[in-house]
Parts: sequence; structure tokens; C-alpha cells
Amino acid sequence: MAEMDTSSSGGKHKKGPGVKKGKKLSTRVDLTPMVDLGFLLITFFIFTTTMSNPTAMKLYLPKDTDKPEEQNKAKESGALTLLLGKGNNIFYYEGMLAPDASNFKSSNFGVGEDGIRNVILRKKASTNIEDLVIVIKPTKECVYKNVVDILDEMKINVIKRYALVKAFDIEQQLVAKSESSSTN
Amino acid sequence: MGRAKLPRKSTVIDMTAMCDVAFLLLAFFILTTKFKPEEAITVVTPNSVSAKPAEEKDFVIVTIDANGKVFISMDDEEKKEFIANSLNNTRNLGIDVNAFKKASFFGTSFSSLKSFLALDDSQKKGDMLPGIPIDTTKGNNEMVEWMQLVASAYQGLKLNNLYVKGDNNSKYPSFEAVIEAFKKNDFMKFQMITSPEAVPVGSEYYKLRDKGEKLED
Repeated sequence: MAEMDTSSSGGKHKKGPGVKKGKKLSTRVDLTPMVDLGFLLITFFIFTTTMSNPTAMKLYLPKDTDKPEEQNKAKESGALTLLLGKGNNIFYYEGMLAPDASNFKSSNFGVGEDGIRNVILRKKASTNIEDLVIVIKPTKECVYKNVVDILDEMKINVIKRYALVKAFDIEQQLVAKSESSSTN
Repeated sequence: MGRAKLPRKSTVIDMTAMCDVAFLLLAFFILTTKFKPEEAITVVTPNSVSAKPAEEKDFVIVTIDANGKVFISMDDEEKKEFIANSLNNTRNLGIDVNAFKKASFFGTSFSSLKSFLALDDSQKKGDMLPGIPIDTTKGNNEMVEWMQLVASAYQGLKLNNLYVKGDNNSKYPSFEAVIEAFKKNDFMKFQMITSPEAVPVGSEYYKLRDKGEKLED
């Protein structure tokens, strides 16, 4: 224990007369603040260690093929195409893109009613689960974060079939047009 | 009748033992904490709900920084030696194989690889280097060739830890060029390094996980 034997036991060294005996001071220290500090540091280290472990997210790429018989067919009714645009904007359409672009709608990464999660969930609820396929088409303007976020969204909403595909020129143009009209 | 006298006990507890435990734990956590080594390329990774930890050995990481510059790094020295030798054979670069083995990452075109390896460590910083050329409008996508070299280095062996580590703000075309390079060399499966994030409460994934169903990563 944190004590030292300060008592002079035994009468071997007898002090002479007039020599005052030093007052006995306890060497016991209150360790409570030290324990507090110790645990505070422990909590700090526990939190910093577990927070910085990077995780990995898998992605399987579809094979590029020119032969039509090897291409995976997607039913029109079950397809949902998401176009990632500039400034965290998402545009989407179901099935085929209408010639007049009437089914071309916009969404965002929010969780509101028109947020992408609700769009995906509505599509998932309204189509046969076997037919559902989500086509993700990032445009040149979007950032890496958007791509990872949308892939993450697939995982969150348990979408089994999805693909990362290059956007067509017409789609790129539509996105650019909608973006410029929404900012003006 | 005389009652047995209870000895009066002190309420002061000896804290020494507790203090010992606290500092023992503290020492343990300090020693096990791995501080992030100062990275040559600063990248802020996006978040994902994925819970699978990234492997820290036998990896090939393709890093994309905020400006869209691409770098490649790998840790297996044997594979690096193989790549250095085949680069010397096919392209006659005359690069120092040992320096190539020691380098932690590569971020220049093949033609300036030799001068890159001669650089001092303090100059091997992401923002001072041009990155691997990927823009096909300005020349070759050299990532394709890098991945070809990696593929031949790993011949027969499965490369499970192929990672892409992209910055939040890097533009998509860089990532697309990297994917293109993977596809051309039949790397159809890769992983993206992300920071962990909580699964949104009430989402389908959350419910499935709650039920204890096994989910593939």
C-alpha cells in the first residue's frame, strides 16, 4: 500500500534530550482523481481505436459484351434508371425513357418524400421482385461520393439486381438541361 | 448480557488497486492503438453501411484523390519485383528494381517512373505528382497497363483484395477510367474503401439484420 513506515520503532536510537520528535505525517495519497483520469483516458482510447477502421464495400462489374445473346435482359416494367448529376442531384425514370422525356423526374439524396430511398422503395413495392433491376448511370459531373452513396442505398434497401452503367449521350444532355433550368 | 463489540471500520477505500487496473488498461489501449501513418495522398473516403473491415495485407489499392489523380499501391514485394522486371523488359525503362520494391505507391506515367523513384520521400506527395495518366483524350489510359501487370504478377493466384479508395470530391470520370481498366483485365470484382456509417433505423437492411439473417457483403 502507498504507505511508508515512518514510525521509528525500537529504542535503539534514542534521541537526546531537547530534540523534538518530528510530527508523524501520513503518506497516504487520495488516488481517486488519478483513477478518474485513468478511466477518462481509457474511454478516449477506446473510442479513437474503433472509429478509424476502414470498411470495404464489394462491387461486381457486369461483363461488357457486344453479342446481344449474352447481354442480360431487363424487363421494361421492372427497370428503374438513376442518373447521378451535379450537386448531389439524382434524376430517374422508370422503364424506357419517353421520347418527350415526360417520365424524367428529379430526386435527391435526402430522406424526404421525393428522396431517392422512397423512390426505390416505391418501385420495389410496385414491381415483381424478380423483374426489378436498378440501372445506375453516373454522369461526368457527379462525384465519387454520389456513386458510393447510391450503391450503399442499394444495400440499405436490399436490392439484389443493380448495375453500374455508362450514361447515354441523350441522358447526359437531359441531365445537363434539367440542371441548368433548375438553377435559373 | 454483554454484546459483542463490532469493530468500527473505516469508510476510506484503498484506491491503489483500482488505479493499477485503470492504468494497466490505459497502457494496453495506448499500445494497441495504431495511429494513422501520415499518408502521402490525402483522401477523405465516403461513408457506407458496410461492416466488413478492409484487409491490411496483400492488397492492391487504387487511390483517387480529390483532383481525380490516380495512384496505385501494393504491399507484396515479390509482386512488385515481378512488375519492375517486366517493365524493364518490355519498355526498357531501366528502373531500379530495389527502389521500386521499396516504394509504397506509384503516381506517374511509365515514362517518368525512373525519375519518380529517384525522388526523395518528402517529395513523394500526392499533390506534387501528376498521377497515373488515365485520360484517353490526352493519350493512353495507363491504368489498363498497370492492371495488366498486376494480373500477370498474380497469375494463377486470386487477387481478393483489390481496393479502390476514392475521395468524396473526386469526379466520376477518373473512377470510370479505373473501372474500365479493371474490366479490360477481367477484374470483375473489387471493393471500395469506405468509412463505417450506421444503418438507417427502420430500413429494410436494418430489419433483415435485426432478424439475424445472414447478409452477404
